[in-house]
Amino acid sequence: MSNQQQQQQQPSATQRLQPKKQTMEDAYSPPANFLEIDVCNPETHGLNKDRYTDYEIRLRTNLPVFKLKESSVRRRYSDFEWLRAELERDSKIVVPKLPGKALKLQLPFRGGDGRFDDEFIEERRKGLEEFINKVAGHPLAQNEKCLHMFLQEQTIDKAYVPGKVRTT
Amino acid sequence: MSFFGFGPSAEIEILLDGSDTRKAAELKLEDGRKERFPLYYDGETVSGKVNVVLKKSNGKLEHQGIKIEFIGQIDLYFDRGNRHEFVSMVRELARPGILTQNASYNFEFVNVEKPYESYTGSNRLSDLVKEQEICVHTLAQYPDLNSSIKMEVGIEDCLHIEFEYNKSKYHLKDVIVGKIYFLLVRIKIKHMEIQVIKREIAGSGPNALNENETLAKFEIMDGAPVRGESIPIRLFLSGYDLTPTMRDINKKFSVKYYLNLVLVDEEERRYFKQQEVTLFRKADKKRRPIASNMIERGIFHHRTAQFGGPQPPPQQPQQQTVESPELETGSTHVSPAMPSKPVAAAGQSEEPDDDEAEADDDEEDEDEEPEAEDEDNDGDRQEDRDSKNGQL
Repeated sequence: MSNQQQQQQQPSATQRLQPKKQTMEDAYSPPANFLEIDVCNPETHGLNKDRYTDYEIRLRTNLPVFKLKESSVRRRYSDFEWLRAELERDSKIVVPKLPGKALKLQLPFRGGDGRFDDEFIEERRKGLEEFINKVAGHPLAQNEKCLHMFLQEQTIDKAYVPGKVRTT
Repeated sequence: MSFFGFGPSAEIEILLDGSDTRKAAELKLEDGRKERFPLYYDGETVSGKVNVVLKKSNGKLEHQGIKIEFIGQIDLYFDRGNRHEFVSMVRELARPGILTQNASYNFEFVNVEKPYESYTGSNRLSDLVKEQEICVHTLAQYPDLNSSIKMEVGIEDCLHIEFEYNKSKYHLKDVIVGKIYFLLVRIKIKHMEIQVIKREIAGSGPNALNENETLAKFEIMDGAPVRGESIPIRLFLSGYDLTPTMRDINKKFSVKYYLNLVLVDEEERRYFKQQEVTLFRKADKKRRPIASNMIERGIFHHRTAQFGGPQPPPQQPQQQTVESPELETGSTHVSPAMPSKPVAAAGQSEEPDDDEAEADDDEEDEDEEPEAEDEDNDGDRQEDRDSKNGQL
């Protein structure tokens, strides 16, 4: 090739690199990162001293790491505490904090419904929703069996064998 | 010019030749001030005049000899007591005697080797050539073989990207052209940015002090990409305060530059990939005087291999396909808003990969036809700056 030809063919220093073409399917399919978790429908069960509140954890996703693309389970605050402890121990992430325990509200002389107060439950619900979305979206947490059991199995088997989810 | 008091009897003045026409360069001093010093290149003659002015017009100065020294030295801030001299030349100006009148001595340090560029660091290294009040720039020719950097990295099943930068060696006014190609996106990305990071490494071994400085941050994408998308990168280096990459200067310190690609997801988790790039100072069009026989021979050898085809086009770059590393093997790091505990071998372990890559480049030199790009125009001469800079 002559020198002149070379000069004409040489790209300028700032010319864009040639990108690969994107297929129509890739461009217009729903994104592969869809994950939505709602914490909703709080219900208080039982009577008097033995009451407790639980929440519906509703999940919708298209991530392959979750076995079910849609799931709905009920969980209470102590279940969230269990999940947090398991993740702190087994995964390498620093797990975010849960919304506060209701200790102050359980003092005898306090007025109102204490921890069954509508306002308190709503605050807690929001905090739990924020918590579970942060956690479930973390690539490292998604590898933990405890997270999948928490989100998608009807009951939590606390005697389970901790471990990682095998990637398919 | 500099004045040194000589007690009450005389004053000494050093005047460098051509100081009014010589280019000057700015250096930041230890106290943060910027000062301009005359600029010299390796191999250039440093010459001038020394004036000794007697304070009293009929006074006399008895002395044991007058000499001028040319010193190149490295000061490490944390090692204050030790100044390391790597160049030292002396000229005797006058034998011991008595000065009864003002005297002026010419001096000339011919073809002085100035192997290292002046550098003032934030890691508190002071100027290399401070006492001489001159500034040295080490120039390099446009590298012959400047392959692109192309790598596939990611987190298993979550995020796979292929990034490409058009070169591995950039000059200080160059443009970084590249692209990011998304192979798999299972996280919700909010934006992506590229950063230029300077790392100073002072000392060696266990006492090495690292200091990182982010010189530039540049957002290259806003919003969530999907699989198959390519995001272009164009980063002009002339806007930033950069020096050439320095490797193991006098075995005392190094300055390295990295491009840091950072992706941030909706939960403020950061995914990043650091990649070292070599920066060099490009010579002007004018040829510099040849300083030694060795260099002459070197040029001759390279010329025979010189004239050649275009630079390897970006479509067929030096392929560095590193398989997307698992988090554990460490060149990609997930740092969530909830900071993660240190992952084994995570973070900065990509140095071995880089070294490997560089080694490969050298081996392939024979087959590649080095380019003669017109806009850069210095493809005509090559010098192995590396050995002069102390790189092994």
